[in-house]
Amino acid sequence: MSGPLRLEQVSIALEGRMLIPPFSVAVSPGEVLTLMGPSGSGKSTLLSVLGGTVAPVFRVTGRVWIGEREVTVLPPERRRIGILFQDDLLFPHLSVGENLAFGLAPSIRSRGAREARIDAALRDAGLAGFARRDPATLSGGQRARVALLRLLLAEPEVLLLDEPFNKLDAAMRADFRRFVFEHAKTAGLPVLMVTHDVADAEAAHGPVLELLHAPEGMPVIHGLDPRRAIHEAIEVASQTVWPPPTDRIKA
Amino acid sequence: MPRTALESRAVSARDVAHSPYWLRQAPRLTVALFLVPIVAGLLGTVLPAFGWLPAIGGRTVSLAPWVTLFSQPGIRDAIALTLVTGFSATALSVILVFGFCALVHGREPGRAGRAVMAPILAAPHAAMAIGVGFLIAPSGWIVRLLSPWLTGWHQPPDIATVQDPYGIALTLGLLVKEVPYLLLMTITALGQVPAARHVEAAAALGYGRTVAWLKLVLPQVYRQVRLPIYAVLAYALSVVDMALILGPSNPPTLSVLALRWFTSPDIRMYFPAAAAALLQLLMVLASIALWRGGERVVAQLGRRWIARGARGTSLEPVAWLAAAVVVGLAGLGVASLADLALWSFAAGWRFPQVLPAHWSARAWTGELGTILWPLETTLVVALVASVLALLLVLACLENEQRQGVAASSRALWLLYVPLLVPQIAFLFGMQVLLTVFHLDGSLLAVIGSHLLFVLPYVFLSLADPWRSLDMRYARTALSLGAQPRRVFFRIKLPLLLRPVLIAAAVGVAVSVDQYLPTVFAGAGRVVTLTTEAVTLASGGDRRFTGVFGLLQALIPLAVYGIALGVSGRNRFRRQALGGRS
Amino acid sequence: MRLTPVWAAAVAVALETIAPARAAAAAMPWKAVLAQARGQTVYFDAWAGDQKVNAFIAWVGRQVAACCDITLRQVPLQDTSEAVAQVIAEKAAGQNTDGTVDLIWINGPNFHALKRRGLLYGPFTQRLPNDALVDTRDRSNLYDFTVPVDGFESPWRKAQLVFLYDSAYVKHVPHDIRAFPAWARRHPGRFTFPQVQNFLGVAFLEQALYALTPDPAVLQRPVREVNFAKATAPLWAWYDQLRPYLWRHGREFPASGPAERELLEDGEIDLMPSFNPAEAVADIEAGLLPKTVRTFVLAHGTIGNTSFVAIPYNSPHKAGAMVVANFLLSPAAQARAGNVRYWGGPTVLNLAKLTAAQHALFTALPKSPWMPPSSALQHVLPEPHPSWARRLAQAWARRYTP
Repeated sequence: MSGPLRLEQVSIALEGRMLIPPFSVAVSPGEVLTLMGPSGSGKSTLLSVLGGTVAPVFRVTGRVWIGEREVTVLPPERRRIGILFQDDLLFPHLSVGENLAFGLAPSIRSRGAREARIDAALRDAGLAGFARRDPATLSGGQRARVALLRLLLAEPEVLLLDEPFNKLDAAMRADFRRFVFEHAKTAGLPVLMVTHDVADAEAAHGPVLELLHAPEGMPVIHGLDPRRAIHEAIEVASQTVWPPPTDRIKA
Repeated sequence: MPRTALESRAVSARDVAHSPYWLRQAPRLTVALFLVPIVAGLLGTVLPAFGWLPAIGGRTVSLAPWVTLFSQPGIRDAIALTLVTGFSATALSVILVFGFCALVHGREPGRAGRAVMAPILAAPHAAMAIGVGFLIAPSGWIVRLLSPWLTGWHQPPDIATVQDPYGIALTLGLLVKEVPYLLLMTITALGQVPAARHVEAAAALGYGRTVAWLKLVLPQVYRQVRLPIYAVLAYALSVVDMALILGPSNPPTLSVLALRWFTSPDIRMYFPAAAAALLQLLMVLASIALWRGGERVVAQLGRRWIARGARGTSLEPVAWLAAAVVVGLAGLGVASLADLALWSFAAGWRFPQVLPAHWSARAWTGELGTILWPLETTLVVALVASVLALLLVLACLENEQRQGVAASSRALWLLYVPLLVPQIAFLFGMQVLLTVFHLDGSLLAVIGSHLLFVLPYVFLSLADPWRSLDMRYARTALSLGAQPRRVFFRIKLPLLLRPVLIAAAVGVAVSVDQYLPTVFAGAGRVVTLTTEAVTLASGGDRRFTGVFGLLQALIPLAVYGIALGVSGRNRFRRQALGGRS
Repeated sequence: MRLTPVWAAAVAVALETIAPARAAAAAMPWKAVLAQARGQTVYFDAWAGDQKVNAFIAWVGRQVAACCDITLRQVPLQDTSEAVAQVIAEKAAGQNTDGTVDLIWINGPNFHALKRRGLLYGPFTQRLPNDALVDTRDRSNLYDFTVPVDGFESPWRKAQLVFLYDSAYVKHVPHDIRAFPAWARRHPGRFTFPQVQNFLGVAFLEQALYALTPDPAVLQRPVREVNFAKATAPLWAWYDQLRPYLWRHGREFPASGPAERELLEDGEIDLMPSFNPAEAVADIEAGLLPKTVRTFVLAHGTIGNTSFVAIPYNSPHKAGAMVVANFLLSPAAQARAGNVRYWGGPTVLNLAKLTAAQHALFTALPKSPWMPPSSALQHVLPEPHPSWARRLAQAWARRYTP
């Protein structure tokens, strides 16, 4: 456990247009912060800012912390921020086991230990004996679980979810959602989730941040608390954040 | 903390950590690598064109070389021949390709179509020219098939069907090679346009299919095939190897004339030769400008035509005719290669026998010594040039992705420079560089000069598949803690193995195609299958000419086959990425 | 094709390249030459228009690699003048020690051009052990197109103008050059000769000039402009009669002898000149010509010459080049070249000087009833002075280029 994810006065602009005005927010370990908003509001861009892969056309300011560690200027591979997309993105040229081994931290050296760790992870996900399989032969749900296992084996300190349940059918969706949240909680990861689906936000049992285009063109961040009233927007000043308790605002 | 500082820190994250210095220099190095020789080469041609070449006594700048040039016998005919063959080959290619596409309106070519196109696209120009020459000669296969039962000829007719004074054979040879190339480019471009839907929508409004295609799809597609068309125009105007084989010899085209003077024992002929090379460049530039002007006129007329709303179906037969000619040209191309193969195994093959009376593998086995050295040189040059080009292109593309900046369209024009500037205009002057480094006549010089032409094609072949790889694979791998280098080698390269290998095969094909760069940079000492085939084509034993031509055509084809075979065997590929190519 | 590095000249001027260094091979005994030749790569600039020749040179390459550790590389030329231009340009560039040509297949005007400028290494032939076997009774081994050889080139091939015809289509052939126009009128489009830029093409004109010019003796001296018109007037009159009945009406010509041979094979023509009396036999053997092709020689003799190899002054591999030149004169190489299975043609050696075993190599050569009898080849006309070839080609081009 390495502490909360903190965004400090982070803003994103594109070609002189402010996508997300400076804001600050913190997500505790084991907590899921849901990010909602219309297409083009900058949700996914925010995730790529955190992941360290944002395109240089975006003007980004602010700082990002994980616990006491600042990751603002770190390259993506050293941030320890895992990301899950709506596609599982299993590497198609590698077997399930090799996919997991790609993620597994190199600190586990011996081949036996690595294999044992991968087998254990697969067993835990109900995929025992799948290590040698071609990812293409797995069902959508199975693939999604492998993708999460791969991510967790890399021992991230933060988990980003970019609409990861979108492509799954309704039954599998709830199933996988539970699977993800449980694992994130167990691992004590702060989670930032982008979604369009209110059900995802409800299932997350966490705070919700909604990005909106204001009529005048200046975007506004609304904080929503699904535990109280999901669709009841709580307007906050553009510089302030969800959730209201001031102890979470470090800036 | 002041805002500017925050900004710079946030933005600098990717730049500093993502690309090592050498990788960030890759695009600059690549551009320099092919622009420096070309610019230096052009300078080395321009100076002697105005009389300045102290080594052989040219110490005054004057117009004397131009006066000499225009007083050479047959120069006016040579210029006219060059323009007529260049423009008619290009214009006919474009009309035929568009007519063909209008008829099939963007349907993917079937397996048979691909099987026919592949060898024609892969075959070097020289090999195709030799094959076409064999085929259409007065004693060639076509006349044999029709004689004597139809023509009444028991001996070949005394008609100049090859090396004819009007350049018809040369134009035909160019068509056989350039139509499939433009067709491929057009089909690729059509993939990015909803052509079928537009044509259907227009059909619902009562438009004939051909008319609908010309009015709706062509304007969208043309923009993307413009550069390839200019490349074809430049090539057709300045081609040397095909002109040597299929073009008339007295007078020949301007580029052949320039080459003849460059190789003349009379050193003073360098001045008019340089002037001719410069004239060649000016003609190409003027022709492209003229074509551009023509495009505008056609576009204006086209707009009016579209605005008139005529539904006409009268163009249907024209499209059918164009398609038939395209199919005929493809047949001619394949038959030419088959004719090369036949000749390489023929012992006695008298007119008007359709097939050789006796067969022999003597040309293949008899004197391997004369084949092996050029074969080895060809392979070494092609492979080294392709691998170098591949490394540079991969470095550029990887850098582009890490920096998150796509190459501008201006950069794409730069890539086309070696394809638009006539080879003869800068290859001669380029030798100054080679001589400075004592590289003239060396294998390295030949590889370097091939790289100029291999690099753009490798880039054009690899850039699209590379850029269209889902970036999230790389982001996922990075988020798992993998170094960018590991992401490149373990994820991107294996996923893109097939396009990478195909790009390398394209590189090999382009290298094997090069005649003039080999002749110039190799100073005659570096002998490839291509230079040997062109030499033999001027009057050697047709069996050996057949062997060299066929080998020349087979190498690129074999490399394509290997590329497809290797990437096809990649584990799991068939399941997950089988459809990708 | 060979390109002349004019730019080498440009750079040399800029860099003030140093003066020529003398070759060190000059006074070495043959053993030392052999030792020095080991490991050298010899670039042999040779006309490459005939695959039989290329195959023979490849064979020579294998032999000298086996015996003397020499790598022989044929630099294929479309015309020998390409190599001449190369050497001249290297001289201009001050490239005096590291030339790119080690050995040239040469004779006539090209030899004259290089010898006149002092761009040949030598005299070296007397140092070749096999030089002693050369037939010195044959004037053309000593005088190349009237120019004395002086040890600057070593002979290796003999050539004599003959004519090939397809007896399947033609019964009567013209044994006198004067009869060619009449023959052509009866067989329109069935005869041609290579373009005059080609050595065989111009030789055909020279052959006619011998028969037609008032005083053939002038041909042995350099061209003098004052006599040129008078000497050639009958030739042009003759040619004007012939021209309309040539293949393609005399407007186009095959590029070379081998190119014309294809026309004969295809039946596009019935009659052609050749410089190799054994060509028809060798080509029939190789399947390149139909079995009905025969050879004949003109009644009053035909032009004959010898082909040589020469070493440019700036060759960096002179020892290797000399070893190759010596090998070309060996009875083994001469017998191979004389074998119609590989090439065919008369030897430059005096068979009387050979040992019995060496002699047997020649008597064992395959015979053919279709070879022209040696009596027909007795009457050899010496090549005119080199200046005639150039001047004739020029005058022809001026008169007959459209």
